[in-house]
Amino acid sequence: MAEISIELRNVTKIFDGDFVAVNNVNLSIEKGEFFSLLGPSGCGKTTILRMISGLEEPTKGEVILNGRVINDLPPNKREVNTVFQNYALFPHLTVFENIAFSLRIKRKSEAEIKKKVMDMIDLMRLNGHENKKPSQLSGGQKQRVAIARALVNEPSVLLLDEPLAALDAKLRQHMLIELDNIHDEVGITFIYVTHDQSEALSISDHLAVMNEGKIIQVGTPVQVYESPANLFVANFIGETNFIQGIVEKVEGNYILLKTEKLGEIWCYRDFEVKIGEKINVSIRPEKLKITIEKPSEEVLKNSFVNVFKGIVSERIYLGTHSNYIVSIDQGYQMKVYRQHIRYLLDENIIDWNDEVYVWWFADDSYLIKD
Amino acid sequence: MERTKRFLGFVLSFPGIIWLTLFFLLPTTIIVVYSFMTPGPYGGAYLPFTLKYYKMMITNQGFWILFMRTVVISVISTGICLALALPVAYYIATSKYKNFLLSLVIIPFWTNFLVRIFGWLVILGNNGLINRVLMYLHIIDKPVSLMYNQWSVILVIVYMYLPYMILPLYSSIEKFDFHLLEAAMDLGASRTKTIFSVLLPSIKGGISAGIVLVLIPVLGSYAIPDLVGGKDGAMLGNLIARQLTTARNWPLSSAISMIFLLISTVGLLVYLKFGEVRNRRNRVIYEDYIKEETNKIG
Repeated sequence: MAEISIELRNVTKIFDGDFVAVNNVNLSIEKGEFFSLLGPSGCGKTTILRMISGLEEPTKGEVILNGRVINDLPPNKREVNTVFQNYALFPHLTVFENIAFSLRIKRKSEAEIKKKVMDMIDLMRLNGHENKKPSQLSGGQKQRVAIARALVNEPSVLLLDEPLAALDAKLRQHMLIELDNIHDEVGITFIYVTHDQSEALSISDHLAVMNEGKIIQVGTPVQVYESPANLFVANFIGETNFIQGIVEKVEGNYILLKTEKLGEIWCYRDFEVKIGEKINVSIRPEKLKITIEKPSEEVLKNSFVNVFKGIVSERIYLGTHSNYIVSIDQGYQMKVYRQHIRYLLDENIIDWNDEVYVWWFADDSYLIKD
Repeated sequence: MERTKRFLGFVLSFPGIIWLTLFFLLPTTIIVVYSFMTPGPYGGAYLPFTLKYYKMMITNQGFWILFMRTVVISVISTGICLALALPVAYYIATSKYKNFLLSLVIIPFWTNFLVRIFGWLVILGNNGLINRVLMYLHIIDKPVSLMYNQWSVILVIVYMYLPYMILPLYSSIEKFDFHLLEAAMDLGASRTKTIFSVLLPSIKGGISAGIVLVLIPVLGSYAIPDLVGGKDGAMLGNLIARQLTTARNWPLSSAISMIFLLISTVGLLVYLKFGEVRNRRNRVIYEDYIKEETNKIG
């Protein structure tokens, strides 16, 4: 097993005596991994970050860094540095002096400071901006100064608090790739807080999904997306169709679910279920197929497939794909994404009010306990 | 369009310009001229022009004692104001009740300046509050002279001018981004270090504004040293008044005023030097950056 960098044991944080921001959280993060804390605003993810940096003290529980309990260590004594959400660059100092700040506090020699800061400036591609003040920099540059300032200290963990929130979409994408490269280069543990699921999915080795102060699920991006632990996770990460039903029949790896919305559907048996048990199934819209023609007999014969007829009630064309809402005959409104993998003409796009078949393989759904 | 705007700006600034010319520039010029003239027996200033009163002032030892005392009292008072105002301004700026606390700072302005100085006479006088309490407690058996020295002047000046220091400090601390303190701590700075290396430099503008707002008027104090200063606590302002009224030597009092103007101007220039550093922020050349970034993305 890999070495543990940061561990939280039964950590609880209560503000003002009654607001539970973080509720009995257990977490261990391996050395060198890119770990994300993902959740809606106010879920406690930033509070966890602040407890690791020392800016907040846990009400209960232990924060362990490299095998040592650091609860009583003030922030300036921790081998942890933070990239703040609003950058928090010192406005009265130049880029060079901002980056040199922690080295000056440690009273390093002038030559060492110069070397380390210039290395950081190279790494962050800030050359030529050394003598500018933060107010003269753009958002992306400030971001890079903030990262350089935190990394120059050679922390064993770098904390990033929604670092890309203030950037526009295109720059965000670009910085995300850059962050990934920086992580590969410096090789230390990164803990990344975000409410943006696509950021967390694209960049993390592991991520923890949080809600209301609790950690709901920890896993790789694929695990969390494909096998959400509960309805909250399935809903928060990506879009999905939820259908509730009662287990009617078990047949090998498949079960037949009796639902109110769609009648009987076949689902993959992701875990043990009992006949008569109430259960949810999540079917991601991109896993659904939408066709004008009925699926071929061959397909229908050889696998567990669910096929429904319906009418397109909404179509959003997005270039790479279209988002549909299909009114299934039974009355259920189903979200379906259709990838445009072939050259598309106006006349052969599936359009509003078209009669369509919506179908999916039972293997592609995922069961969620009620 | 641009030209009409400029013209409008010129027209709108006209009343102000006239006002300043009439009531500031003109009187100042008159004082400059007077300072080189000869006094009349009942006041006023007459020809011929002479440097006599500048010479008289510069060679007079009493003048220099008063000059030094004025500068020392002003600098000490301003320093005490700054030291007292910083924690107060910080506390108000970070408090939940900042509007209420701020109004407490402003309330003393509602009472007349002189009345508040007289208030101190009641407290510090020989039959004043402090002496009475001390005698009642048998700590002393006859009144101690608390007034008519430099310290009583400094005390009352600090009392009077403290709000002028608190307000600019408050407004700059209020705009201060407190995340910067967290960032500094995160980067290894101790609490004291964060104050000196991050907070104070960031509110430099407020500090220099406060210093100017207090130092310049304090240098020209007249009423406070007149009422609580006595002979030992007199300042240059009192000398000017005495030369103008009792001695009826208008040229000499004008010459002393000129010295004042000189110190105040030097003070202001120092301030402007500070301010310049603050305002030298160039505009963000965002377009250039976007271009550069887009090229990188390709």
